[in-house]
Amino acid sequence: MQPDPLDRRIINALQGGFPLCDEPYRAVAGSLGIDEAELIGRLQRMLDARVLTRFGPMFQIEAIGGAFVLAALAVPEDRFDEVAAQVNALPEVAHNYRREHALNMWFVLATETVDGIAQAIARIEQSTGLTVYAFPKEREFFVEMKLAA
Amino acid sequence: MNAPDDIDRRLIVATQAGLPLVPRPYDMLAGQLGVTADEVRRRLAAMIERGAIRRIGAVPNHYALGYTANGMSVWDVADARVDALGEQVGALDFVTHCYRRPRRLPLWPYNLFAMVHGKSRDEVDDKLQQIAALLGDACGARDVLFSTRILKKSGLRISA
Repeated sequence: MQPDPLDRRIINALQGGFPLCDEPYRAVAGSLGIDEAELIGRLQRMLDARVLTRFGPMFQIEAIGGAFVLAALAVPEDRFDEVAAQVNALPEVAHNYRREHALNMWFVLATETVDGIAQAIARIEQSTGLTVYAFPKEREFFVEMKLAA
Repeated sequence: MNAPDDIDRRLIVATQAGLPLVPRPYDMLAGQLGVTADEVRRRLAAMIERGAIRRIGAVPNHYALGYTANGMSVWDVADARVDALGEQVGALDFVTHCYRRPRRLPLWPYNLFAMVHGKSRDEVDDKLQQIAALLGDACGARDVLFSTRILKKSGLRISA
């Protein structure tokens, strides 16, 4: 589906702080001049169609004792789909993208403990037979996961 | 860096896939957790306050919004200057994430990563020129890795 102008207004309105009140959808709908059922229905449709990948709290797991680490693999082309399935099977893999480079698979590991990262990397190396290149962040300059819709 | 207590942890498990799409979502969570809706809201507010939740909101699929060119730009920046320059690159309005990360020599000489999203590769290339100009002679090799497929995008999943 292509998001229509109202869908885009909804996405833009929901990239900031969602209200912590009894009926938060009603509050947001009111500010958009639509009714609550329409807002909830459109959110459900956009999630079903994967225009939105999520709606809810975005956890910063490092603030609660866990870890996020970017990692990459150089996957032989003829094994790409098989390796993607092996990597994606781990619940610790939060995102995974194919990219154009010798390192052609880039994924983010999110684990509840810092030690969980090494365990997840070991499991991926064992299941794929490939070397995982980990790129832990040494410093964060900026993170803003908002894009104008 | 405190580990969450039991109720916070259960609240994370209950909401990591998303907030319930019902008129009273905090009441629904309260019912699942056996606490009051006020307690749910107080705990969410506290996690926002201490940075355990960045925000509560929508995560759009870049492609569906027309951002079809998603480039991870990577730069080999002199160690002595990378932190100051990283702050400046991160402040550019078209950079959504910017980090310093370790090099993996000889395969990977880059230590500064900046995500740039655009509606075409030309648009991203123009933005990369701006980053290159900002980095100037502090930067040696550079590359940009466009994503060509989303293989997974589920976000955090801790076990219940």
